[in-house]
Amino acid sequence: MTFDIAVMQIFNGISLFTILVLMALGLAIVFGLMGVINMAHGELMALGAYVTYMVAYVFERHLPSLMGVYIFFAIFLAFIVTFIFGWILERGFIRFLYHRPLDTLLATWGLSLVLQQSYRSIFGAQEVSVPMTKWLTGAWDVTENIQIPLNRLFIVGLTILVSFGVYYFLYRTRWGLRIRAVTQNRSMSGAAGINTNRVDALTFAVGSGLAGIAGAVFTMIGSTNPLTGQLYIVDSFIVVVFGGVASLLGTFVSGFAIAQAQTTLEFLLSGSMAKVAILLMVVVTLYFRPNGLFAARVRQ
Amino acid sequence: MGLGNRRNFIKAGTALGTAAAVGPWFIKDLYAADTIRVGQLHSLTGTIAIAEAAIVEAEKMAIDEINAAGGVLGRQIESIVEDGASDWPTFAEKAKKLLIRDKVAAVFGCYTSASRKSVLPVFEQNNGLLYYPTYYEGQEQSKNVIYTAQEATQSVIAAIEWLAKSKGKTFFLVGSDYIYPRTCNKIAKPTIARVGGKTLGEEYAPLGHTEFSSIINKIKAAKPDCIYSTVVGGSNVAFFKQLVAAGLSGDKQTLLSTVVSENEIDGIGKENAAGYYACMGYFQSQKNPANEKFVKAIKAKYGQDRVVGDPMECGYTGVYFWKLACEKAKSFDVDKVVAASSDLALDAPEGKIKLHKSNHHTWKHARIGRARPDGQFDIVHESALIEPNPFPKL
Repeated sequence: MTFDIAVMQIFNGISLFTILVLMALGLAIVFGLMGVINMAHGELMALGAYVTYMVAYVFERHLPSLMGVYIFFAIFLAFIVTFIFGWILERGFIRFLYHRPLDTLLATWGLSLVLQQSYRSIFGAQEVSVPMTKWLTGAWDVTENIQIPLNRLFIVGLTILVSFGVYYFLYRTRWGLRIRAVTQNRSMSGAAGINTNRVDALTFAVGSGLAGIAGAVFTMIGSTNPLTGQLYIVDSFIVVVFGGVASLLGTFVSGFAIAQAQTTLEFLLSGSMAKVAILLMVVVTLYFRPNGLFAARVRQ
Repeated sequence: MGLGNRRNFIKAGTALGTAAAVGPWFIKDLYAADTIRVGQLHSLTGTIAIAEAAIVEAEKMAIDEINAAGGVLGRQIESIVEDGASDWPTFAEKAKKLLIRDKVAAVFGCYTSASRKSVLPVFEQNNGLLYYPTYYEGQEQSKNVIYTAQEATQSVIAAIEWLAKSKGKTFFLVGSDYIYPRTCNKIAKPTIARVGGKTLGEEYAPLGHTEFSSIINKIKAAKPDCIYSTVVGGSNVAFFKQLVAAGLSGDKQTLLSTVVSENEIDGIGKENAAGYYACMGYFQSQKNPANEKFVKAIKAKYGQDRVVGDPMECGYTGVYFWKLACEKAKSFDVDKVVAASSDLALDAPEGKIKLHKSNHHTWKHARIGRARPDGQFDIVHESALIEPNPFPKL
């Protein structure tokens, strides 16, 4: 392995790390803070991807001069749409299933099937193509042999931004304070005057909105079809479970560990073997630390 | 015997009632006498609907055309569409329903090898007839199946030979991790050796994989003249997008795929696929009267922005192969139709092709096309008719 390839591999690891974090962050919030296993999380990402597709479609036809910046509108709109959708979902569906983890699992899985077939009916079974913004195509040639894909650089930047946003929201705002309070002790928070129902809805909506952002961004590197969500959901779950269910820090650490392991092993072994090795690593870790890398101390 | 007897009265009444209830059926059967039933068995829902929905439409169009021209042996074709739902046991169940309850004369269907393998015993036990429209890995031959698309040797060997001659002799093989890519690469490697080339690497990504950065780095490290790709499905979209983003776009790197047709390019994005090569039996951009008529008809029926890919054309020609065989056999009987299919020639949109004398596959041209920025292919190479060989010696 030459120096150039090593540099690109390190960048790949970082890039995959940010992709995994973006995928898993929303799930971690919903899963970790609310204890809801949302099997439809992938379909919420797909919703974000389809919103991006529609925004691109509208811009291409009506505002071609603004195609260069459509991705920002798309990300914003994807967040808004999935946020609202998540809110409605929580109020109309999820809240009736709290404290019934297995039922939630089944119900949200059913929801994911319903959503998949809806995408298929509305957008067709074929892949849709989301045009890439011009300045994000191609690579940045650091040296003659080192190319850093621009869209991945963009994703790295965006993930940093989103992570700070989530941190700020959870640890520096009143709403974040309420969410953390409810996570730690629901009945006490209720007694202290916090409207726990609204906190639940907001938390779920934020988690969904983050899925929307992830979906919007992944149109740049992956495919957009009714089953897109399925491609991401397993990885997201592995990251969240491996990191420790109620810990955002754990999500970051596990995302980093898995990303580095995957890119390195994929380079040294083959794609399939890398997957096997990572799953093995996760299984062994969970055997010795059933709560994941970072077990949160939450009053049950 | 009159109706004076109470028991007889009831009997007669029941008989009358039954006759009345059966009435509409009876009429339908009478009507059905001048139609002949065929089945279309594809996934309209689920994962594979991505690929199969368009094939159903192409087959339907062939059936409508034949009906408009007077049907087969004077009988109108009545098509029964069943949804295999991307689920292999469902495929087998629906195949059984088509053969036993609907008594169809032929079935046009299946896309994945898994679905074909699951209906195969049903067709063999009930002596049905299946026309299979998808390029596949070979290694199969059933007396109840006619394979109208290219098996692996018909595209892989032609593709490798052409690449070695015109692009360079070092190869990197990338595929999704399942039977089709592995079989294709099993054929590709000895072919590369035979033409004096070298295989620099062979990589497989799990089905549905979306992260190709490490594989792309391996390609960059190996610096092959040509990449031969058998990555499929959503992974394909990710692979192409990431190749372009990594600076290996079609104008800088030769890449040939045996699974990318016009239909796939829609999803990959025209700008991402431009410059890459594909090896297929059929391209929409082929210039001949049969194809121009075919493409025009598809667009008139299903919308002007529709594109036509290889499997659609193979589905369409399958229906015509069946019609010709029935007419040659003067019968809809499966054994007679199969016997009549031997050496049967057809002027298809992809050119003059014919069925093999004995192995149920199709003599085809291999064509290599280069993707244009508008999503169509410029045909850069066309082979002579290649004999199908589902069991190549490797």
